[in-house]
Amino acid sequence: MESFDQLVLTIILFWPLVASIFVLLAGDNEKLIKTGSWVLSLLPLALSIYLLFGYDFQAGGIQFDTGQVEWIPQLNASYHLGVDGLSVPLIFLTTLLSTLSLYYSTGVIRTRVKEYFFLFHLLQMSMLGVFMALDYVLFYVFWEISLVPMYFLIGIWGGENRNYAAIKFFIYTLVGSVAMLLAILGTFLATGTFDILEAAAAQPFAGNLTLASLAFWGFFLGFAFKVPSFPFHTWLPDAHTEAPTAGSVILAGVLLKLGAYGLLRIMLPTFPEAAVYWAPWLMALGAIAIVYGAFVCVAQMDLKRLIAYSSVSHMGYVVLGIGAAASVLTPEGLQRVADLLKLSPEAVQDSAAMAINGATLQMFNHGIITGALFFLVGIIYERAHTRRLDAFGGLGAKTPYFYGLMMVAGFASLGLPGLAGFWAEFFTFRGAFGIAPYWAAFGTIGIIITAVYILWRIIQNVFLGKYDPSRHTHWTTVDGKPVDGPTDVVFFEKVTLWPLIAGMILIGIYPTPLVQYFNHSARELLAFIQNLT
Amino acid sequence: MNDLALLVPELILFVGALLVFSIDVAFAKDEESGLSHAVLTVLFLLAALIAVILLQLHVEPQVAFSLLRIDAFAAFIKITVYTGMILIAIASHSYMSERTRNRGEFWTFFLMVSVAMSILAGASNLLLIYVTIEFLSITSYMLAGFLREEDRSNEAGLKYFLYGSVASGVMLYGISLLYGATGSLDLEGIAQALATNAETMGIVVLPATLLALAGLAFKASLAPFYQWAPDTYDGSPTPVATYLSTASKAAAFAVLVRVFVVALGPFQVDWVPVLAGLSILTMTMGNLAALRQSNVKRLMAYSSVAQAGYILMGLAAVASTAESGIDGVNGVLIYLFAYLFTNVGAFLSVMAIEERVGSLDISAYYGLIRRAPGLAAMFTLFLISLAGIPATGGFLGKFFVFGAAIQHQYYWLAAAGLVNAAIAAFYYLRVVQAMFFRKAETGEIALEVPIPMQISLTICALATLWIGLYPSAVLDIANTASQQLFAVMF
Repeated sequence: MESFDQLVLTIILFWPLVASIFVLLAGDNEKLIKTGSWVLSLLPLALSIYLLFGYDFQAGGIQFDTGQVEWIPQLNASYHLGVDGLSVPLIFLTTLLSTLSLYYSTGVIRTRVKEYFFLFHLLQMSMLGVFMALDYVLFYVFWEISLVPMYFLIGIWGGENRNYAAIKFFIYTLVGSVAMLLAILGTFLATGTFDILEAAAAQPFAGNLTLASLAFWGFFLGFAFKVPSFPFHTWLPDAHTEAPTAGSVILAGVLLKLGAYGLLRIMLPTFPEAAVYWAPWLMALGAIAIVYGAFVCVAQMDLKRLIAYSSVSHMGYVVLGIGAAASVLTPEGLQRVADLLKLSPEAVQDSAAMAINGATLQMFNHGIITGALFFLVGIIYERAHTRRLDAFGGLGAKTPYFYGLMMVAGFASLGLPGLAGFWAEFFTFRGAFGIAPYWAAFGTIGIIITAVYILWRIIQNVFLGKYDPSRHTHWTTVDGKPVDGPTDVVFFEKVTLWPLIAGMILIGIYPTPLVQYFNHSARELLAFIQNLT
Repeated sequence: MNDLALLVPELILFVGALLVFSIDVAFAKDEESGLSHAVLTVLFLLAALIAVILLQLHVEPQVAFSLLRIDAFAAFIKITVYTGMILIAIASHSYMSERTRNRGEFWTFFLMVSVAMSILAGASNLLLIYVTIEFLSITSYMLAGFLREEDRSNEAGLKYFLYGSVASGVMLYGISLLYGATGSLDLEGIAQALATNAETMGIVVLPATLLALAGLAFKASLAPFYQWAPDTYDGSPTPVATYLSTASKAAAFAVLVRVFVVALGPFQVDWVPVLAGLSILTMTMGNLAALRQSNVKRLMAYSSVAQAGYILMGLAAVASTAESGIDGVNGVLIYLFAYLFTNVGAFLSVMAIEERVGSLDISAYYGLIRRAPGLAAMFTLFLISLAGIPATGGFLGKFFVFGAAIQHQYYWLAAAGLVNAAIAAFYYLRVVQAMFFRKAETGEIALEVPIPMQISLTICALATLWIGLYPSAVLDIANTASQQLFAVMF
């Protein structure tokens, strides 16, 4: 008899599939589909909270392991799920944002309801699968499946330019994924196993930097398109802008994290030598993304596009942090950096752990902050039917509740101390300064520019000043009834946003409970590689 | 007499062909729908399929009349071919009865074509290969041009015939060169002769290989011999186009694999660059041409040219010993098997639209999800599988051929496959986009798909998912097949 802990990941993973079958069987009863969808999504959410509390820090490592269940014996590929301190919070993030998105969608999706909720559940399953899979084939299957529902979500319920955005999203990420597939095959042929942990322990291509770099870049292409790391980010503004609100939330909140997760789960432990060699490139890409993304934000006229570009900038922190940690993975790399900076190896090692903590914390925080920002953009769009920044102004007096929510999310995004975003930036830069001070210093320019676009472009442009009714005349309520001016948030929107706002404040005041998951994994990762030699 | 027992599946099909023809001559009237012919065809194909599975799949390799090998490799190809022909036959009855009165002849030739492909699966003698390819070609010319009243069908048949006769002439020339050099027509005999006189043979073998390859490449619609394919697929009756692009291609690849691996094995270093180059050329040309099509049948035609390029990638990366379980030959087999269900499904979807809407243009697919949700969903599955997205059979095929290429460290070949996967996804998604994102021009009128068609499509869809999600059984058979093929070599 298998214990519940062995089954719990399988239940979380396939419950959304059950929900999607429920949607198929529910006939044309749209109310039942909508309510059923978000109610059913509460179970994985509850179970992911169980994972959060059930994860045993003393034991560490992979837990809730399903073991290797035989799947394709000819290829040595198995059904193998398991989570550690890195994936548990991300699974919670996925289930939380999924539930909120499904709940929010009940209020705003009016066309082709059945297809929408069916696809959304499939999307949730594929994302959870990526965070749980410990087998390359399984990982890749879920990784790629996530493309398909998102493609449809953008293409059917998206904005005006949706066809272009959908296909661009699909093709770009497909190129990355196929490159990753080639790297997976190469890793398999070198190690004889598809198990992610076993492959990492076997250290494929150790001592052969050319092949290791090929595999490294194959994986990196796959992950970099998803993150998206500069210069692979060009699909993102289109996809995020055109996607329906809940689609943007999931895209920014979870899908981007898949790439960063892959960097940490696969690339660093499996190819440490190549990682050390290419780490300066990672840091450069991350730092450039931070600054470039922030500058582009300032120039945007479309509120949603602005938020989309802010993702490029904010995911740059993640890449910078991971790159910093990557450069000291091997003992040689550690020694080189320590000599260069005249620090003790222990201090550098601490910085590496900090950098990873910052990167992972940023992954989580970016999920809730940008998720909230996209919900907020959706809220204003449902009323104004435009996202042009010059159509707004002085909304602060008209819609104070909305203003308040946007203030919290915006300040969290720019890293105000006391809110979630601050800690992620703090840890990332603290870590990066201890390893690569120049890139870190360059990256900090982005922090200033972030303040510019949040305060000036969003807060000042949209909320401050005097409300001028002639700027934008076509206002409706969220249900589509024409009204004279902007109306404030209604109940279901508040319910959607409050968990995220609460999260930003809680993590901002007391980040320790969350950081300990990440810190645990970061230390394990660094120890794993140091112990190899 | 014992040898004849090894031909049971072919004999069943042959008897079936004669029976359908006789019934037609004896009883047929023009008013009849020809249902009995179609049913008989399906039954005989089914009997042949069962015969192969029972009698030939799990047996020691044997040789019939010292011309024809009965081994797991041949059995795998035969199963692929018969399954495809059954699925096509089930779905095509109403399509053909609406378009022609000579249904008896159609189904007779349909079974004859199956016999020819079946023999090709095991043929191990160059003369038999040549004769059977001619047999397959001539019956196929007739089927391609079967709709005599339609200009396009005539064009399809004629074009196929003209290109085909040149190609087979060239191939015969190559075969004679090989025979002259080695003194043998038997594939193993050729291999032995080549292995013993490797130095002196080099001058003859490469041109002979290239010439023989031309004929086979024509059948498999490989670049640069694919120009007939789009016009022929487009013009011929859709059931014919379907088998030309799937079952017939599987048979052609069976011969390609056998000739190259068994007979020309000793000269592998010489032909690998040629095949790899052709593979890249084929997928690139096919994909680039498909990008510009607005006629979906034609788009699918170019797509199947490109798919042949991927399959060839597997043949270019053949290894006699593969410890990982990923090898070019089983890559080819798995690709062919998965591709069969996927592409038959895709062509049948096109056929369903053609039957109901009367158009092949992409605008006929607008808003299909509202008019025929099941059909649209399944067609999407087939297109996604062709694009190589996981959880579908097409992914497993790509997985194996890419794996084989990387195993041989042909990184450039794998990289070319990568670029092509992106191009291909673009035009497959154009069709998906038409079905899901556009509004129907004619309003949302429900579109009835005939029951037999639904059955075939459902089987294709389930098989596509099955191969993608739980391929163990298929992999086992494919592995045995490729091992038996290599066993011949040494």
